[in-house]
Amino acid sequence: MSKPRLDDATGVETVGHEWDGIEELNNPLPRWWLWSFYACIVFAIGYSVVYPAIPMLNTATAGTFGWSSRGDLDKEMKAESLRTAAIRSELDKASIEQIATDPRLRRAAIDGGRAAFKVNCIQCHGNGAAGSAGYPNLNDDDWLWGGDSAAIHQTLVNGIRQPGDDATRMSMMPAFGRDGILTAPQVQDVVSHVRLIAGEEKPSASAQRGAEIYTANCAVCHGANGEGSRAVGAPKLSDAIWLYGGDRKALTQTITNARYGVMPSWGNRLDPVTVKMLATYVHSLGGGEAAPAPAADPAAPVAPATVAQ
Amino acid sequence: MNAHDPKMSADHSNEIGMYEKRKAVFPKAIDGAFRRFKWLVMAVCLAIYWGTPWIRWDRGSYAPDQAVLIDMANRRFFMFNIEIWPHEFYFVAGLLIMAGIGLFLVTSVVGRAWCGYACPQTVWTDLFQHVDRLIDGDRNAQLRLQKAPWGPAKIARRGLKWGIYLGISFATGGAWIFYFADAPTLQYEFWTGTAAPVAYATTFVLTMTTFIFGGFMREQVCIYMCPWPRIQTAMLDEKSLLVTYKDWRGEPRGSVKSALKAATPLGDCIDCMQCVAVCPTGIDIREGPQIGCITCALCIDACDKAMADVGRPRGLIDYCTLDDAEREKRGETSVPILKTVFRPRTLVYLGVWSGIGLALLFALGQRERMDISIAKDRNPEYVTLSDGSVRNAYTLKLRNMESRPRTFRIELRGLDNGTIYTDEMDSTAARRQLTVEVPSDTTKPVRVYALVPRGSAPAEFALVLVATDKEGGTDISETTFTTAQGNGQ
Repeated sequence: MSKPRLDDATGVETVGHEWDGIEELNNPLPRWWLWSFYACIVFAIGYSVVYPAIPMLNTATAGTFGWSSRGDLDKEMKAESLRTAAIRSELDKASIEQIATDPRLRRAAIDGGRAAFKVNCIQCHGNGAAGSAGYPNLNDDDWLWGGDSAAIHQTLVNGIRQPGDDATRMSMMPAFGRDGILTAPQVQDVVSHVRLIAGEEKPSASAQRGAEIYTANCAVCHGANGEGSRAVGAPKLSDAIWLYGGDRKALTQTITNARYGVMPSWGNRLDPVTVKMLATYVHSLGGGEAAPAPAADPAAPVAPATVAQ
Repeated sequence: MNAHDPKMSADHSNEIGMYEKRKAVFPKAIDGAFRRFKWLVMAVCLAIYWGTPWIRWDRGSYAPDQAVLIDMANRRFFMFNIEIWPHEFYFVAGLLIMAGIGLFLVTSVVGRAWCGYACPQTVWTDLFQHVDRLIDGDRNAQLRLQKAPWGPAKIARRGLKWGIYLGISFATGGAWIFYFADAPTLQYEFWTGTAAPVAYATTFVLTMTTFIFGGFMREQVCIYMCPWPRIQTAMLDEKSLLVTYKDWRGEPRGSVKSALKAATPLGDCIDCMQCVAVCPTGIDIREGPQIGCITCALCIDACDKAMADVGRPRGLIDYCTLDDAEREKRGETSVPILKTVFRPRTLVYLGVWSGIGLALLFALGQRERMDISIAKDRNPEYVTLSDGSVRNAYTLKLRNMESRPRTFRIELRGLDNGTIYTDEMDSTAARRQLTVEVPSDTTKPVRVYALVPRGSAPAEFALVLVATDKEGGTDISETTFTTAQGNGQ
């Protein structure tokens, strides 16, 4: 090391190092900067002791504060359940019809139902509840078993064709083709007739033949004009909505082999409040029907034209 | 350069100080035109800072009555009769741009005037240095006390002084939080221990930063921590006003007595060191412009006083541009101040600055106090109903920025065979227009369904929000209607 000297151009002392003629000016850092640096080191040591820091084989050191992000989540979830406890107990006490008529309860149930739907229902019914072939679209106004809040609630609680649930609802359409009740040409005639009453095809000789077969075999559940029956879960055939598709191929398949879609019963999987919230949410998707008016009530209440606060 | 330069000082050891202890600065009290101006600026700045949150401003019963309020919880910014919503943040961005360009303007005209007069670091350091003088006495007494050993008297003085520092710091840190909540309420909550934890945390942090930066770090903040002096150095040009020691007039320096004895005439500088003694950053301005000079001009006051005492003209240290310095050196007269101030560069800055200001004012006058925005459901895009009619769903955000509830009409424009209804109505009540009440100062989400009969084509259409009160107003938002055939675009 050479000796420090004064640099001509700047009037600053050099530190005395020289590498190939390059020297360094001695512009010392302020000492408080050094102290801040030491303070940071001390802080870092303290931080590594009290918080999880040092990676070990399987996990990191726990830290004396016992902090963890899971613990944070746990706290948040507890706080959230505490926050919603009041409204949940109200929803618990209220019947599904009471929830439907109380705007505040209804709004809370819809919000909670939306969250529960995302966890439990979208696997089959889709994120937007639009369903797909075999899984009903919950946004529309076509309901196999009824579209008022109570009917949706019952479907949710007991499911459809849920094995082992005595109260589950089921319809057993015969497999007309596979079981030999109808021949393959007869099945095609029925397809023609069904598509005619749905407005998908023009009248034909096949449809005319199919009408007779329909009256003999199908009308008992689906109604003389294909209006369906919610009592037995028979789909309406005259509308624009098809659960498994309305083209000839899909209908042939349906009539030949029948379809037995299963909806799980949720009454034994989710708590009653969540089921009520789900029913209210599904009812709110745009196809929900008003509760059937009691016999004594002359008319259903007129829907308000103004959006309530 | 050669490391074995013969000029190498022989008395230096090989010990290199990598870190430098702060050299404490004890600026001497001074009076003068610039000092009085600094007093004024300090008083105004502190009054604005401490007073603003307590100004009341009546906005009716639906809005807070604090004149200046940054309402984080409700996402509103109130400033007298202006209320800014988050989506109008471009006003704040515009103000920040104006502040930036304003600094360009100020810097190119009067150099580091921000540093010298208005910067909070300068204002609070100045305030704390007055506390030093109040408790310890002026420069010489402070120096003596600094050197004195620790004894009861020194401990008492230091304790008292740091106590006052802490009091001022607490008042400073505590005042900040009043910009973010109703000041009288928060004041009460603060003292009763019921305020939000963030209020105490903020107060604590700002108290400590004020205490440390204003009480102890002082000029170190300007020299080592602040990027602004370095940026400003790049923005200065040869026509910016700087605090300048006129060495062509002052040198060679010497006392009045030595001037009498000297063979050749000396300059005007009597080497009284008053300019160094009063400097709040502890520099010697006679070494020329430097990063430590915040251009507070106290050395001008000190030098003027000294010059008056010895009967020489004032302005040996003065505000002067580099151009003028060259001229004066050559014995020419300096350029008139107005000509220096109004030059193309400053005029361009002024033009841009005032242009943005006028544009903001114009936008402020033009802005609508109501708004509709539409988010169309994409999942599912459309729903076919049993009668073959098709339904699309939209989430509307209706924004009422007035501080009173308003009733709006949502009208369907286009989609000729369509009707709309909300999720709180029955679909049988669908119609071409709906009435919605939106509470004061609120964005209300409304879920709207649009319905067209079987066989309708996809289409583009719009929803119009119409205020039904006498002030009126409309806003329109366009969207599309999707069917199995497409989305109308």
